[in-house]
Amino acid sequence: MHMFGILLRLAWRNLWRNHRRTLIMLLAIVLGTWAMIFMTALMRGMVSQMVADGISVLPGHVQVHHPDYRDDPSIANLISISDEELSEWFGSSADFSAWATRIRVPAVITSEYESRGVTLLGVDPLQERDLTFVDYDAVEGRFLESADDNGIVIGRKLATTLNTKVGKRIVLMSQDPENEIADRGFRVVGLFDANVQAYEEAYVFAGKTTTQKMLRVGDQVSELVVLGDDFRDVEAEYNKTVELIDGRAEVKRWIELDAYLGTMLSVMDGFVLVWIIVIFLALSFGLVNTLVMAVFERVREIGLMLALGMRPINILGQIIVESLLLLAIGLAIGTALAWAAVQPMKDGVDLSMVGEGMEMWGMSSVLYPELLLSDVILANVVVLVLGFLASLSPAWRAAQYEPIEAITKV
Amino acid sequence: MNLVFRLAWRNLWRHPRRTWLTTGAMMFSNMLLVFMISLQFGMYGLMIDNTLQAFTGHLQIQAPGFIDDKKMRQTVANILPLAESLRAEFSEQNIAARATGFALISSEDRSYGIAVFGVEPDYEPGVSTLPGLLSEGRYLGDSEAAEIIIGAALARNLRVELGDELTLLGSGRDGSFAAAVANIVGIFDSGIVDFDRSITEVPLGFFQDVFYMDGSGHHVVINAGSIDGVEELQARVSAVLPVDQELVVHDWDALQPGLQQAIKADMSSAFFMYGILVILVAFSVLNTQLMSVLERTHEFGIVMSLGLTPGRLGRLVLLETSIMGVLGLVLGAVLGGLFTYWFNINGFAYPGMDEMAAKFNLPARFYPQVSTLSLLAGPVVVFIFTVLAALYPALKLHKLHPVEAMRAV
Repeated sequence: MHMFGILLRLAWRNLWRNHRRTLIMLLAIVLGTWAMIFMTALMRGMVSQMVADGISVLPGHVQVHHPDYRDDPSIANLISISDEELSEWFGSSADFSAWATRIRVPAVITSEYESRGVTLLGVDPLQERDLTFVDYDAVEGRFLESADDNGIVIGRKLATTLNTKVGKRIVLMSQDPENEIADRGFRVVGLFDANVQAYEEAYVFAGKTTTQKMLRVGDQVSELVVLGDDFRDVEAEYNKTVELIDGRAEVKRWIELDAYLGTMLSVMDGFVLVWIIVIFLALSFGLVNTLVMAVFERVREIGLMLALGMRPINILGQIIVESLLLLAIGLAIGTALAWAAVQPMKDGVDLSMVGEGMEMWGMSSVLYPELLLSDVILANVVVLVLGFLASLSPAWRAAQYEPIEAITKV
Repeated sequence: MNLVFRLAWRNLWRHPRRTWLTTGAMMFSNMLLVFMISLQFGMYGLMIDNTLQAFTGHLQIQAPGFIDDKKMRQTVANILPLAESLRAEFSEQNIAARATGFALISSEDRSYGIAVFGVEPDYEPGVSTLPGLLSEGRYLGDSEAAEIIIGAALARNLRVELGDELTLLGSGRDGSFAAAVANIVGIFDSGIVDFDRSITEVPLGFFQDVFYMDGSGHHVVINAGSIDGVEELQARVSAVLPVDQELVVHDWDALQPGLQQAIKADMSSAFFMYGILVILVAFSVLNTQLMSVLERTHEFGIVMSLGLTPGRLGRLVLLETSIMGVLGLVLGAVLGGLFTYWFNINGFAYPGMDEMAAKFNLPARFYPQVSTLSLLAGPVVVFIFTVLAALYPALKLHKLHPVEAMRAV
């Protein structure tokens, strides 16, 4: 331990013998670390937002459907689970932030001018509040008030296309399980805005009971969705739901339902690591170079220390400690700077300049960077471990010097 | 000059390890840049081409406002004669007319609301890849026939097969009720379920009858083959449009605004990363050259007292850096080119890429193309920054005093 204290002091002083060189290297490490962590935070934010947006439409972290529903999302594939049974099962448990049952079928919406294909969501607005991407309070007009509300809420973009507005009537056409056309007139009671415009064209909301009546399906529903606290870990919700359903229908996690979003998350993890390693490699050339130089200009001194009885292993240790010290300082400053850079962006960065492009990637146009502790740790650990490995070679060379030769070297 | 060059060359190899490490940093980032840029630009190209050639085309002639509202009433009148005259005028381009509407399509057991496109059977294969994706049956033939082609996923959901009849219910151009029965003559399979479930095609003449179009349609599609020269073509097409009705020509960027922006968004994050990489290399060079100047203080003092000016010494340092830079550029570009070429032959894939690729009409395996641009853009930027980084040590020489310098160890 005493020896280590000496090594640390020696290393520290050696670092500042050529302060210019050390500072330049330090600057490079700081910049590299900053870039690693900052960029990762931006990317993480993007993906999280994307997944969160995706789930808000899917929606639900765990979903229950008829086994055939996913390939054939029609009225023929319904499940029957009563809301009473669900509230009894989930009601007591505080772990579940929300659940809802809904009808979700394709339909055609027609105004006096136009018709469009949409996805009809028959919902109970009281269950949906936390689940849907629609902000009830921001709806022009009003959102649905109950499951047997007779109105319909459509997207603003769809309303423009259909040439309709709040208070006007539209006709919704779909089919019942016997393939009889099921249609009904609705009064438009609200227009919603979504952060991804495609949603405004794709979804319309009607009361669940009203929809069930229109489609003549009794109290059956298309899906049950359960929302957990964290989309990254939905196992508790999944297990609890599986237990309730007990083989009566198909229970899936969101990752299994949306392959694109699911792979985005894992691709992201891989990308973070690749990015950190690439930056490190770019740094490593400079790092090794600095160490080689530091060893080279101290050959005589190293020889002297060896001649005075310092063991080669301690020379090796000294060079490595020097390198790790340099890296640690750089990492600390770089991490702090990255944290500082993320702070002013906490409330979101507006990317609406490329908004439609972001939509194409499945993201909304406001970016919230996400600084994950695990990424910070990953970056720091990777740099320290690889930095240790990179400094082995110059340190090893230093330890191999013959004292006599080294001392006499000019 | 020859002498200076020889001096610079020898100075470099006084510390071969150091020189190689610095050059190595350049080579590493150059290789990476060549590969990444090849991959990136190749992907953008494919993304654009595949997306546009799938259905949208490079240019579309529409009624004003149709692009935003897509209303049934925003029509192009006498669309067939218009398409015909355009084909005569621009014989090298593939041009076809279309009309579009929505209908509830019903089989015996099922109904789906879906977009119906009326197309010219003879010309549609030139502007869309969809006719080539038929997995069963044939493409549309007679322009008046009551025929329809649908996607494989839709066929499965509707529980229908080739030869079955489908009922179409919708509203016509004037808002009146439109209904028809059509025979399934072909089933296409694009591999993308959502796409298969979102489009059906019928012959244009039949469409016009059913939806009371009165000879009109909604857009004329022009497939220009590639995006090069689209702008000029757009101007030429605008010039020959009939004057008796108001029409506009939209280019692919207006038709698919997300495409250009998706590329921009991706590019800006990529350039941020490249920038960081280049700056890190510049730091590495700065450090090396600064050290190499500092350790030669004594020697520089001597040559300066012999009459060499700091300016010439500075040029020497810059030349040393440039030699290193050229070495890094050439080796990096060559290795990067070979590296990319290997992937060009064997294909590049990344776990999870297939799901992402499908979303952007890209193949799951990608074969990056090496081009002059992708080969040189990155390395040249790295070279410029390398030389810039060496300016600081080179300028420091001006502060050197010969006598003091000679005393330095």
